[in-house]
Amino acid sequence: MKHTISVLLQNKPGVLSRVTGLFSGRGFNIESLSVAETLDSSISCLTLVTRGDEAIIEQITKQLHKLIDVIKVTDIGDSEYVEREMVLIRVKAEAQTRAEVLRVIDIFRGKVVDVSPKSYAVEVTGSTSKVQAIIDILKPIGIQEIVRTGTIAMARASKK
Amino acid sequence: MEKINGSQAIIRCLQEEGVKIIFGFPGGAIIDLFDALMDSDITNVLVRHEQGAVHAADGLARVTGEVGVALLTSGPGATNGVTAIATAYSDSIPMVILTGQVPTALIGNDAFQEVDIVGITRPCTKHNYLVKDAKDLVPTLREAFHIARTGRPGPVLVDLPKDVVAKMIDFPEKKPIRMQTYQPNYEPHQGQIEKACKKILKAKNPVLYVGGGVILSNAHEELTELARKLNIPVTMTLMGLGGFPGSDPLSMGMLGMHGSYAANMAVANSDLLIAVGARFDDRVTGRLDAFAPHATIIHIDIDPTSISKNVKVDIPIVADCKFALTAMNTWFNTSSDFNREQVAASHEPWRATIDGWALKHPMTYIDEGEIIKPQFVIQKLDELTHGDAIITTEVGQNQMWAAQFYKFNRPRQWATSGGLGTMGYGLPAAIGAKMAFPDKTVVDVAGDGSIQMNIQELATARQYNCPVKVVILNNNYLGMVRQWQELFYNKRYAGTVMDITPDFVMLAQAYGAVGLRATKTSEVEAVLKEALATDNTVIMDFVIAREECVFPMVPAGKATTEMLLV
Ligand SMILES: Cc1ncc(C[n+]2csc(CCOP(=O)(O)OP(=O)(O)O)c2C)c(N)n1
Ligand SMILES: [Mg+2]
Repeated sequence: MKHTISVLLQNKPGVLSRVTGLFSGRGFNIESLSVAETLDSSISCLTLVTRGDEAIIEQITKQLHKLIDVIKVTDIGDSEYVEREMVLIRVKAEAQTRAEVLRVIDIFRGKVVDVSPKSYAVEVTGSTSKVQAIIDILKPIGIQEIVRTGTIAMARASKK
Repeated sequence: MEKINGSQAIIRCLQEEGVKIIFGFPGGAIIDLFDALMDSDITNVLVRHEQGAVHAADGLARVTGEVGVALLTSGPGATNGVTAIATAYSDSIPMVILTGQVPTALIGNDAFQEVDIVGITRPCTKHNYLVKDAKDLVPTLREAFHIARTGRPGPVLVDLPKDVVAKMIDFPEKKPIRMQTYQPNYEPHQGQIEKACKKILKAKNPVLYVGGGVILSNAHEELTELARKLNIPVTMTLMGLGGFPGSDPLSMGMLGMHGSYAANMAVANSDLLIAVGARFDDRVTGRLDAFAPHATIIHIDIDPTSISKNVKVDIPIVADCKFALTAMNTWFNTSSDFNREQVAASHEPWRATIDGWALKHPMTYIDEGEIIKPQFVIQKLDELTHGDAIITTEVGQNQMWAAQFYKFNRPRQWATSGGLGTMGYGLPAAIGAKMAFPDKTVVDVAGDGSIQMNIQELATARQYNCPVKVVILNNNYLGMVRQWQELFYNKRYAGTVMDITPDFVMLAQAYGAVGLRATKTSEVEAVLKEALATDNTVIMDFVIAREECVFPMVPAGKATTEMLLV
């Protein structure tokens, strides 16, 4: 089962390697990981996507929590949440395909962020499945390069 | 506020924490600290190898319960300490390791004797720090001690760049430490305690399975009270020995790979297993699906990650063992559901069954006349020291025989590398223990292989008038590995025969220590007596039955009931 885990940690040198070292040392997998400062610049928020059965996810959250620099660990999948990922795609765009590419970008509400005579660089934001979908559709046209941010996620506010 | 330099501030922190003895080995990056130590009342023990320094600090920590401190230089000094740091980490021993580091301006430049020791030790410390700013020195040290000794204890390393330590700083006042990100939970959840106690009252065949956590949290009295109050048989892990009196009729001795027949049978047939400060290590459980298959499992541990890691637990109690056991004792003392006589009587049939197992296959060995049996040496040692010596061990058969045949009746008289199984642990650990308790008899039970791994520490023992005794059970083999080869590798003794072994008697003499040898059973007692009466470091070389095996043995991956017996 895929799980999205959000970790608040002290923004100190070496903290990220404590997290990644924990995953490699204990044989847990990381599908994606993204990290940046929070409002409070002394605290970072790390979002990681991992896979495992219930027992493994329980170990992962407990082990993360055990790291001295970790403030809070939330298995976001336990609640309603929004997740987003951004991808930059450099796709071949020559005379005969340019219109087609633009149409696809439009459908996915993407943006062209760089143009060259033979390619577009496209920015698309959405759920991981949406990001994957546009990649799959553009692939036959000719993707030259992609860069993905990995998932970030946030629990939904309570409706009350 | 008066200004002092960084090293003086560090020494003052050590004094604040009650440190009396530290173990170290100097080098360019740490000279400042050694220099400042000279002006303090802290005894600075110069070891002969950094691994020895950290093991000695670890030995001191295990027998006193205090935080052990080691002081190493940068680069090779620090890396030499890594095995011993990992040893302490595996067994949750509270330690602070201070390492010198190249000046901050040179960090990352592949400077002379620079290694990223914080990176290297990240997975084998509870936490570690590189102090880059002198004003952080004192707070970091205080935090390091706090982390090392609280919660599930462990080693904490603080890396100290040379320029940081040389700076002049203010010495800040000591305030209670409050860390936003680290607040170990000591108090048990009362609901869980009640649930556990009620379950215990229903059990017919309960077993207390006790690990090192009981020693670390000083919970032996509470444990003993609980076991006796409810008439529940107790088995201990290698790390838990001494957590419950080994000569108490309720003690079944050690369980697991080389545990007693009775203990392993009892766990396998129990209907309730109460794990206290133990972590279901593979050396204890054997094949997991056959471990305590009929039992409801209660697990008390201060570390949530230990719970349901290997074995699914029915009633988890995240708490310090002492707090949890106290709460349980209180529950029984005040509950109207608990009738002591009745409960005790209801466990009598179970105890009779266990006594039957113990009688059928006691912890024993075959007498071979004048050929010295290692088990006999340990039994004699137990007898002559009245079971009251501090015993450290090396690793291998020697360690298992010591665990099986010495009767540990109190906590903190036993220091052995359990989790990591580090050969070379015993001698430096014995020195650490003896430095802490000069009046106690301290014996390292050793193998001829392991003792050579930190033999250089004989010089340390001599220099500090530290008359530890070393019992070498000399089989001229890397015996434990040979045993596996005998049993599972068609007796192909690949890399386990030591054709050349030093003459340990002469070796002892070379260090100014005393060397004694016994080659016949009839000489054992006299050698032990002489050694124990000698006010000097003594090496006893017992030439034992070469191919003696440690039994019982649960082959790796087998069920714990599938024991090979004597
Ligand atoms: C540092 C280290 N290297 C290797 C091992 C693997 N090992 C475990 S027991 C053992 C044999 C130890 O031989 P000895 O000290 O003579 O003890 P004996 O088993 O013969 O009593 C070895 C090599 C280890 N535990 N530690
Ligand atoms: Mg040997």
